[in-house]
Amino acid sequence: MTYTSHALKALTALGDPTRRLVFERVAAHPSSVGELAQRLPVSRPAVSQHLRVLKDAGLVGDRPEGTRRVYYIDPHGLGAIRKWLDQFWDVALEAYAEEVKQTEDKRR
Amino acid sequence: MNQTIALAPVRKSVRVSAPPRRAFEVFTAGIGRWWPKSHHIGASDLDTHVIEPKNGGRWFERGVDGVECEIGKVLVWEPPSRLVLSWQLTPDWKYDAHLITEVEVRFLPDGTNATRVELEHRNLERFGPRADAMRQQIDSPDGWGALLQLFAQAAEQ
Repeated sequence: MTYTSHALKALTALGDPTRRLVFERVAAHPSSVGELAQRLPVSRPAVSQHLRVLKDAGLVGDRPEGTRRVYYIDPHGLGAIRKWLDQFWDVALEAYAEEVKQTEDKRR
Repeated sequence: MNQTIALAPVRKSVRVSAPPRRAFEVFTAGIGRWWPKSHHIGASDLDTHVIEPKNGGRWFERGVDGVECEIGKVLVWEPPSRLVLSWQLTPDWKYDAHLITEVEVRFLPDGTNATRVELEHRNLERFGPRADAMRQQIDSPDGWGALLQLFAQAAEQ
């Protein structure tokens, strides 16, 4: 696969809002199709389809765990990992700053 | 080709409304109060996070089922100005004693009653299996940065 078609696939994969939700959920916690369908307003077959596209685009990987298959951020996709950590620390530090503010408000 | 593939660290900063000593305290002793509950390793929902307040201290999460999962260790404990943690989770969220990426947090006074908190998560290239990273580098010598930009654009839509 050429770089251009790879990039295009990743871009297309993340362009769909529902698929991005699935990707973000997998980034937050490795999950099976059933777990994702439970937490998202999406049917199991639809989740499976989204995961197939994400996997095809090199964004997620999967591994068997007992009788189910668990999806996680593709360890070969370093760019995806960096992107995930970048977003993660944004969310975490925002929550941290808010907690500092609330703690200080209580002291006053 | 035996060149090391380096990945730019993730750098963040945030201004918080407390002096460094208290900002440091909320970051460490209070981590269980602000860590996003949606992000956890264990099978059950997240109960809390703990950073033990000393050099070599553990950093771990505890699930509501009581199971503790290691995240890393305290590499540098220098209140109220500096904290370095190891982040030892693999990309598929398993603790790996041999994987050590570093998260350095600096607490800089900003005026009389505020702190500028700077965070750097580095050694990110250690996340990927080296062989795959090298293959990727060979496949597209300068392609990954451009791809990241595409990711960023897609994420911002």
